[in-house]
Amino acid sequence: MDFDYFLRLFFSGLTRGSIYALLALGYTMVYGIIKLINFAHGEIYMIGAFTALIMATVFSFTGMPTLAILVLSSLVALIYSSAYGFTIEKLAYKPLRKAPRLSVLISAIGMSLFLQNYVLLAQTSNFLPYPSLLPQVPVPRFLQGIINSQQIIIFTTTAVVMVLLTLLIKFTRMGKSMRATSQDRVMATLVGINVNKVISWTFLIGSFTAALGGILISSFTGQINFYVGFIAGIKAFVAAVLGGIGSIPGAVLGSLVLGMTESFAAGYLSSVYEDVFAFIILVLILIFKPSGLLGRPETQKV
Amino acid sequence: MYKRIAVFAVILLLASAMVFAGGRQEAGEIRIGVAGAHSGDLASYGLPTVNAAQLIADEVNAAGGLNGQQIRLFIEDDQCAPDVAANTAAKLVGDRVVAVLGHICSGATNAAMEIYTGENIVTVSPSATSPPLTQSGDFPTFFRTIAPDDAQGQLQAEFVAEELGLTSVAILHDGGDYGRGLAEFARAALQANYPQVNIALFEGITVGAVDYSAIINRIGAANVQGVIYGGYHPEASRLVTQMRAQGLNLSFISGDGVQDATFIDVAGAAAEGVYATGPMDTSASPVAQAARAAHQAKYGEEPGPFFMNAYAGMQAIVNAIRTAGSTDPAAIMSALRSSPVDTPVGRITFDERGDAIGVGFAMYQVQSGTYVELR
Repeated sequence: MDFDYFLRLFFSGLTRGSIYALLALGYTMVYGIIKLINFAHGEIYMIGAFTALIMATVFSFTGMPTLAILVLSSLVALIYSSAYGFTIEKLAYKPLRKAPRLSVLISAIGMSLFLQNYVLLAQTSNFLPYPSLLPQVPVPRFLQGIINSQQIIIFTTTAVVMVLLTLLIKFTRMGKSMRATSQDRVMATLVGINVNKVISWTFLIGSFTAALGGILISSFTGQINFYVGFIAGIKAFVAAVLGGIGSIPGAVLGSLVLGMTESFAAGYLSSVYEDVFAFIILVLILIFKPSGLLGRPETQKV
Repeated sequence: MYKRIAVFAVILLLASAMVFAGGRQEAGEIRIGVAGAHSGDLASYGLPTVNAAQLIADEVNAAGGLNGQQIRLFIEDDQCAPDVAANTAAKLVGDRVVAVLGHICSGATNAAMEIYTGENIVTVSPSATSPPLTQSGDFPTFFRTIAPDDAQGQLQAEFVAEELGLTSVAILHDGGDYGRGLAEFARAALQANYPQVNIALFEGITVGAVDYSAIINRIGAANVQGVIYGGYHPEASRLVTQMRAQGLNLSFISGDGVQDATFIDVAGAAAEGVYATGPMDTSASPVAQAARAAHQAKYGEEPGPFFMNAYAGMQAIVNAIRTAGSTDPAAIMSALRSSPVDTPVGRITFDERGDAIGVGFAMYQVQSGTYVELR
């Protein structure tokens, strides 16, 4: 129980937190713009991982090097899952744009169940082995036994995605439209922002990061089935609420807090209580700061 | 309504009177009770036992009977309910059976044994797996042709301590009834019989968690030589995959929840060398094939659950009565313990406590992508 052990737990918490963050981004962005908890989001993560698995299997017949397979199959999977996110919004949420918020929520839950069962029927109910696509290379000596190359890839990828996303939202025209839409949708329409386009882009970006998370974690843990998205989705949703739903830095912070809590609780206390501690933290933060770590208090419009 | 119940009661009385009357008429017969769930939710567990008893009784009777007497079966339904089982047992005692094949469920068997024990009636259960039935010593006339629930834990403990010679292990489980039970039996067996093996960690893991790095770090820090896991294959394959990825090459020992080809498919190369206990496979033996063929011929379908264990139990009873040459309970029990019989579940005798020797679990290891039975 020395410092090395602490570091190991820290990095496994960071890995977990990174995956949660990639998923939580989608929840928080969609919520920020159309005030919807997109329950089908976890399924996009699962579909991303499944598509990458299928594509990797196909590409492996061509005898390409592993790195090329990784990049190509991930690209196809990311585009495919983003298309899924786009289509889900058009089919299940857009027709309900003017309906009460509860109707859209039910539609989201329905979509989640539909996608799970669709993959169950179209693919299989069994667990499938997932190829270890992330390269396993030796790490520098002082890091050996503390962290492995796959974990480094997971959180550097996450960090890069976060930076790119921040740049996109801060400096591009689309990013500005997104911020405007999330502040006041009616006003955004009045100044000439195409709100439907903004919403579509939000779903595209959210699905992209979720699918990326799915591919990374599945090749790290080495297995997949149709149900993996559900649990990861719930955890990421908790992380988004913890950080303050609607806030992008909040989602990242919330995910890291959640990942670390789980890892340290499992490492120092007991892994049976992993989830218990995750939810204790959630309850405590919501008691003392109901809008989450970085969330702005919402003024109720009457 | 009352009238209907009254009529029904009278019919029942008459029917049972006929059974009693019929029973008293013939003297030269050997009476064997068959008890278990024959109706209700669990009927599918009990009915194959009736078929097994019937098949053997018919065969023995056609060949001139047992010690010159015909076997007569007394079939009673206990619905797997302990209160009904006590009545069933009392009824069979009243029928003066010399042995009982049954009961099916552990709870019902326990209730029935309270009655049989006082009356010295030899009972052979094909399916009651609760460990205390034999281990408590409360029921000296109880025998079973199925391995008790803790047999896997015993075998794992023995294997870890004697075959692998490990001195420090971690025990993990998935928190479920099956997984936790298995892990607790393994721990109890290690503590009772192999105090030299240190149990450095006894932990539950979260089913379906995104990854298991934290618990694997903990195993690494505990400095153990092996991991015993109670649970099913999805978590087991993830654990071994991540353990190997983190460079932890420890012995991994699990139970029948992992002794499954899916585990090897999913874990791939990481599955190599993993140990798992699983039921001994005896389905290819000639006796098992013959029993299956006889069932097919008479009932036109594949035998149901516990049929082979029940067939073995009935064979053991018949063999013991034949060897003893009488229906004296002490003689039958001593024959059960000393005279081996070839059954569909293997060549068996019974130990002092009533558990079948030669029935149960074997240790398997993954070798080049398939489970191989060791020894």
